[in-house]
Amino acid sequence: MSNLLYYLSFPFVRYAFIVGTLIALCSSLLGVTLVLKRYSFIGDGLSHVAFGAMCVATVLHLVSDTLLVMPVTMASAILLLRCGKKARVKGDAAIAMMSVGALAFGYMLMNVFSASANVSGDVCSTLFGSTSILTLTMSEVVICIVLSIFVISLFVIYYNRIFAVTFDEDFARCAGMNADGYNLLVAVIISAIIVLGMNLVGSLLISALVVFPALSAMRLVDGYRRVVILSGIMSVICAIVGMLVSILGSTPVGSTIVMVDIFMYGICTLAGRRRK
Amino acid sequence: MSFIVCDNISVGYGEELVCKGISFSVETGDYLCIVGENGSGKSTLLKTILGLLPPLCGTVSVAEQLKHGMIGYLPQTTAIREDFPATVQEIVISGMLPAMRSRAFYGKKEKAAAMAAMERFGIVQIAKKNYTKLSGGQKQRVLLARTLASEKDLLVLDEPTAGLDAAASEELYRLIEDLNQKGQTIMMVSHDAAAVKKYANKVISLGDGAFCEEAIV
Repeated sequence: MSNLLYYLSFPFVRYAFIVGTLIALCSSLLGVTLVLKRYSFIGDGLSHVAFGAMCVATVLHLVSDTLLVMPVTMASAILLLRCGKKARVKGDAAIAMMSVGALAFGYMLMNVFSASANVSGDVCSTLFGSTSILTLTMSEVVICIVLSIFVISLFVIYYNRIFAVTFDEDFARCAGMNADGYNLLVAVIISAIIVLGMNLVGSLLISALVVFPALSAMRLVDGYRRVVILSGIMSVICAIVGMLVSILGSTPVGSTIVMVDIFMYGICTLAGRRRK
Repeated sequence: MSFIVCDNISVGYGEELVCKGISFSVETGDYLCIVGENGSGKSTLLKTILGLLPPLCGTVSVAEQLKHGMIGYLPQTTAIREDFPATVQEIVISGMLPAMRSRAFYGKKEKAAAMAAMERFGIVQIAKKNYTKLSGGQKQRVLLARTLASEKDLLVLDEPTAGLDAAASEELYRLIEDLNQKGQTIMMVSHDAAAVKKYANKVISLGDGAFCEEAIV
């Protein structure tokens, strides 16, 4: 306990907790919609694109990586959704192409152009977020807080409409709602969350934060609102527990949080079986 | 007055033609049924009329008053995924969204209308239940309540009796007939030609890639 208090006396540890909690909350709220819309895989694909963009930003020595990564990820999200229906390469194949392409391209860039002495270390922390959350600066924390408020308020304002479009897109369309607009909104919010989440768990693991809390909550309760609220709560708890364990046990933050999420999912599945 | 007029349209997905030469109209107060074998293009025709698919050729004219969310569409229940965690209440009240314009949250008026719709279709006692755990007949009632929670000029149903047993189908047909007699205009797709002839006043038959006939009953 005193060990923990000692760690918490460092501002960067406190920053990590604030950012971690916010990211966990944002990703789980949207996660329910993503899972139900069968977009989970898009989230995963986008996170690989974000990795590629991050590599470009690193090689170019940009002041703020987010300024490049965010627009690129959002553009890819829009592209995937827009072309998803018309393109010759259908849905999952397009996502697979995009994500492995971005991974390979990013890794290539890092190897060829990076001036850093420890290329594999850089790549590893972008992919798995091993240390980056503890090196957040005040300004990054502020960006994260602002983006989180943006994401959460958009979600709350459009909650009812996102529900309607997720549940039955054709009905919504016939009733004169702009279904494409809402799909686009969801895609843009997802990209924002992925870019945010890269700081916490790295780009390979961010989809875990999106998918697990939603699936866990769906095992336990009925009703959309309840699932959204419960997945938010569980995601925040898992993130906090994960960060505590990782600080005390010196394990990598990202994978520890994901382990806790998986553990939670296991418990929820068992509890859900019993309920039925 | 004509709600919808189809003038010699062809329907299909992308470049694939499913059915051609379709002409008919939907008038106020009609109970129109589209019948035909599986794959004859019934659902495709419906989606084209609703504007979810473009017609391959020909024109579909929709009355101006229908263009502002006044068409209520009931998709096939199988189009809704099986593990969707939504309660009956949440689904029914979402039918009020189109009438709310840009307002974000449901007010008293919406809640009252949703309650009234659930009473009308006899689903108040299952309001808190998960939609996916209901029987086929109950699911259709929930979707009907959602669609008619706010008033609609035209109600469009795609195979509403698919997957229902004989008794539940009969009950649903009676429910729809009752709506029609109260002035609701109805357009329905069905593979059950014998049954719909009892209720509908117009029957459109599709078969073999082409429009067969428009029968006035």
